[in-house]
Amino acid sequence: MAEAFLKVQDLARRYPGGKRGDAVFTVFEQVNFSIRKGEFVCMIGHSGCGKTTILNVLAGLDRASDGVCIMDGREIAGPSLDRGVIFQNHSLLPWHSALKNVTFAVAARHRDWNRRQVLEHSQKYLERVGLRGSEARRPAQLSGGMRQRVGIARAFAIEPKLLLMDEPFGALDALTRGNIQEELIRIWSKTHQTVFMITHDVDEAILLADRILLMTNGPEARIAESVVVDLPRPRDRTQIIHLPAYYAIRNHLIEFLVRRSKDFLRHPPAGFDPRNPPTVQPGLETAVFTAPGPSSPRAHRSAP
Amino acid sequence: MLPLPLRAAILSLALLVILLGAWELATQVPAGAASPGARLPGPSKVAVHAWQELRDPFYDAGPNDKGIGIQLAYSLARVLGGYMLAALVAVPSGFVIGMSALWRKALDPYIQVLRPISPLAWMPLALFVIRDSAASSIFVIFICSIWPMLINTAFGVAGVRRDYINVARTHELSRVETALRVILPAAAPTIFTGMRIAIGISWLVIVAAEMLVGGTGIGYYVWNEWNNLNLSSVIFSILMIGLVGMLLDQALARAARLVQYVD
Repeated sequence: MAEAFLKVQDLARRYPGGKRGDAVFTVFEQVNFSIRKGEFVCMIGHSGCGKTTILNVLAGLDRASDGVCIMDGREIAGPSLDRGVIFQNHSLLPWHSALKNVTFAVAARHRDWNRRQVLEHSQKYLERVGLRGSEARRPAQLSGGMRQRVGIARAFAIEPKLLLMDEPFGALDALTRGNIQEELIRIWSKTHQTVFMITHDVDEAILLADRILLMTNGPEARIAESVVVDLPRPRDRTQIIHLPAYYAIRNHLIEFLVRRSKDFLRHPPAGFDPRNPPTVQPGLETAVFTAPGPSSPRAHRSAP
Repeated sequence: MLPLPLRAAILSLALLVILLGAWELATQVPAGAASPGARLPGPSKVAVHAWQELRDPFYDAGPNDKGIGIQLAYSLARVLGGYMLAALVAVPSGFVIGMSALWRKALDPYIQVLRPISPLAWMPLALFVIRDSAASSIFVIFICSIWPMLINTAFGVAGVRRDYINVARTHELSRVETALRVILPAAAPTIFTGMRIAIGISWLVIVAAEMLVGGTGIGYYVWNEWNNLNLSSVIFSILMIGLVGMLLDQALARAARLVQYVD
């Protein structure tokens, strides 16, 4: 089995109690997971379980109260160009054109490149997300979907070792979201980026992810399960819905989010250890309790 | 129906005619009056005077008789000098104040006390320390234009969206790069608003300052013409002050448009 590329160990976020001796407020704790190189992992959970905090800690923009994140053998201690981030609200610089938003990132990544190299590389990625011809437009002159595409181009263009996405399509309408998900699949299948993505959208997670981490409700949230999405790639929205495994996974996720996430921790399944959440493959029915460390019951398909 | 800009222009013109007409009527010497008495000059008189002045705006016939163009140029030079100096000090300090809560808190009491002081109140002190009336009026412009620029820069810098800072951080920009390539363009519209307010205040203050120190400049000119009891000239210079003030404001507004962005 491949060695974990990203390892998150005993991550916790706590807020100290107030002056009147209030109890410490714990958003999440005992969060452990790992991601292999080239793996696409989604995290799903209700608002308030600390997903965004986890992502920001991985990005190096925030600090956890406890625990460590190790990427490629080194502890994450701050922001780095090795980790690209696609934020929920596109976060493009509004005074730059679409192209300049990408060259901004590429020039920061490759300080030794000349203008032409930066420009060519940036244009290549803008074309990949279908924005040829819109390079000169500023974010305000682009639709929500196009802005998020620029964000995707910017993140992929720096070719980070790990790509972090915080509900990147949350603000888009359903049709645009569908198109841009396909865009994302296309560009991802070319690059095999390692991705960690937060989403609220169950179908999106199944379409994109190799594995889905389920968070229990906060406060004191934990990872409840790691659900393997063993659908063949390349995936197509219109085709995977005909696979029986699709519904097994979907029902499992929905049942978790609607019913089990609330009091999962009050009545945990036998043998549940939050530090080593079980890997589940819906459709095969039995929860597979694994030894510590990342694992999926089958060989990873998309690894090169 | 005519388009709105055209209708507005017609209305403007009509108001102008009404106002000038009323002014002209009010300043007519009543028929059969024994003595004309002291009266304001009417618009026709002012127009004639303006024509004479504007035909040769740059003549120089000694210290007490210079063209309106020369006087305005003196005032503009002082305003721009003091204003530029203020910008050089205010924008960098505003940056520091905006980026550091410590500096913001430490400097706040000074700003709060110094800001409401009328710039002219500094004049005696400036004259004593600088010992030069022209430089003192430049100092007065400096001190009055520094506050809007300082406060707006600090406000703009402090209000830069967290997202943009995060973009800078995830792209490993250095502190200087972040300041120049992210915070400065993000705060530029707010900074320019401060600069526009400052140029307006400077132009207001220079007239009063020059009335005090005398010698040259449009403020001195107005006061001098008052001493000469040449009211046509006073009214004409008032109009010129307004015109130049408007041009200064427009210039800043245009510059601000260059750095404007839609969020």
